[in-house]
Amino acid sequence: MKTLGKWLLLGLVVMSMPARAALDIVITEGVDAARPIAVIPFVWQGQGPAPQQISDVVMSDLARSGTFNPLDELGLPQRNIAKVSQFVAKEWSNVAAEAVVMGSVKPMGPDQFLVNFELVDLVKAQMQSGNGPQSSSEYLIDSSEVVISAEQFRQYGHRISDIVYEKLTGIRGAFLTRIAYVVVKHGEKSPYHLMISDYDGHNEKMLLRSPEPLMSPSWSPDGSKLAYVSFENKKAEVFVQNIYTQARAKITSYDGINGAPVFSPDGKKLALTLSRDGQPEIYVVDIDTKALKRVTNHYAIDTEASWFPDGKSLIFTSERGGRPQIYKVTLASGKVQRMTFEGEWNLGGSISPDGRSMIFVNRTNGKFNIARMDLETRFMQVLTSTRLDESPSVAPNGTMVIYGTTYQGKQVLAAVSTDGRFKARLPAGQGEVKSPSWSPFL
Amino acid sequence: MDLNKLFKAMLVAIPMMAISACSSTSDSETDATSSNSSSGSELTTGGVETGGVAPVLTPQEQQRLKYQELRKEHIIYFDFDRSSVSAQFAEVLQAHGEYLIEHPNVRVMIEGHADERGTPEYNIALGERRAKAVAKYLQGMGVLPSQMSIVSYGEEKPLDMSRTDDGFAVNRRAVLVY
Repeated sequence: MKTLGKWLLLGLVVMSMPARAALDIVITEGVDAARPIAVIPFVWQGQGPAPQQISDVVMSDLARSGTFNPLDELGLPQRNIAKVSQFVAKEWSNVAAEAVVMGSVKPMGPDQFLVNFELVDLVKAQMQSGNGPQSSSEYLIDSSEVVISAEQFRQYGHRISDIVYEKLTGIRGAFLTRIAYVVVKHGEKSPYHLMISDYDGHNEKMLLRSPEPLMSPSWSPDGSKLAYVSFENKKAEVFVQNIYTQARAKITSYDGINGAPVFSPDGKKLALTLSRDGQPEIYVVDIDTKALKRVTNHYAIDTEASWFPDGKSLIFTSERGGRPQIYKVTLASGKVQRMTFEGEWNLGGSISPDGRSMIFVNRTNGKFNIARMDLETRFMQVLTSTRLDESPSVAPNGTMVIYGTTYQGKQVLAAVSTDGRFKARLPAGQGEVKSPSWSPFL
Repeated sequence: MDLNKLFKAMLVAIPMMAISACSSTSDSETDATSSNSSSGSELTTGGVETGGVAPVLTPQEQQRLKYQELRKEHIIYFDFDRSSVSAQFAEVLQAHGEYLIEHPNVRVMIEGHADERGTPEYNIALGERRAKAVAKYLQGMGVLPSQMSIVSYGEEKPLDMSRTDDGFAVNRRAVLVY
């Protein structure tokens, strides 16, 4: 019965989302642990049918954060209210949720809409309703009022979600972010596509299409550029492309591998892999001057560099111990230190934005899954149970990991919360989807 | 290029299985193939049949023909996470090597590939190591380094997309492209 209810709720969440997302989400685990929240559909105060429903964006954001479980709107005691002054605490006494999101949309002129939003502390309201009538403003956690165009509806929905998430969890929301990924449509003349979309798969845009492979997209810290590998000239080369102006610059084109580029935290350099001296080594290249600095020097494979948030050290994958494991190198001293010991392989690591944990691919008993290790305690936890997991990328607020996996014989994207509780799949419409990269805060 | 070693092995293995199946029990579809081949010469259709002999070849010519046949095989397969050239590909590489030595103006591109396990970036490194192992092998035979170039596509260009163990085996390869 509980499962049935969960599925019904899930169906509603999915149905209430516009069908335009290129990557619709399927939450596979973790609804039970999520915190109930009430989102009242925003009241439309204009003539005729309402434009897009902003509260749908908020509902789906909160659901896919894994932290919240929006209640079925049909079961809410008050549904046509937009302000806390209209909120009657008594009617909500039996609703098991911690907060209520409400708002309104009012046309102001040609393509201009006044959007009002209020966040109500339901627990406080329920506790105080026994003490007779109170000033309703006491329950108000946050509110805002802006004028936007119809095109900005989704974006503002994400902004409201960011506010709700931060007010209720203390963690900055990552709903106003993007993802970059590669779509491969085998059989097409130009099968390889570099794509970006909003973090939820909406507003998908193609940045580059090529007859030859595209790999390893990675965001600049200001979210304006992507570094990636392109084989368009029948060899691996590293490019940086501005996502607004479309301007492209070739950064490296040495003999052999030019791979795995990642922007330094200050955005001025790329750490990458070059095999110009024989075997794959980690280098740092200055984007403006193209000056190279070699970081590693070992006859085994060294690749997949990733920066610590302070920009002073890198982690990378090395086979110097016989099998791929993750190592740390301090740039100033060149000192190398092994980070991972558990499992057969550990590779493709990156450091969480707070610098406290590492997310990577772990191979145990021949299975490849996403894992997290606390850098202080060295405690490792395998987060996923999907197949052939690779390319983990952490959200800028550190709460969620997006990664590439295989589902029903196809490469798709999936997400898992960094505590491993919430799991979701983002099924692809067409082709194989891989190499996701989560943008910084926009 | 499309007739890879694996299929060749299967071509040998399937008739052998058919023969052994015939000798023990005879209820599978492999029966049909064996009875077909045995009754072929006994057909009395009234049509004519021609016969002939193979041309007389010098040992050199025989060798050349054999190598020409072997060179149709462009793919060298590798074990999981390994980049050493297995002995079963010695003849194929011998054929390519002899040809390249005889034709110093011919250039070959050696592509390295990996299966889909591990990360794409690590697999690029692994693919390069496989391509280099083949190049080193040919260089050991006397092929000039200037005749060979290398590119690794890692797991980006799989031949088989089934993501099964058999599929992975087909994808772990180096390909000689003239």
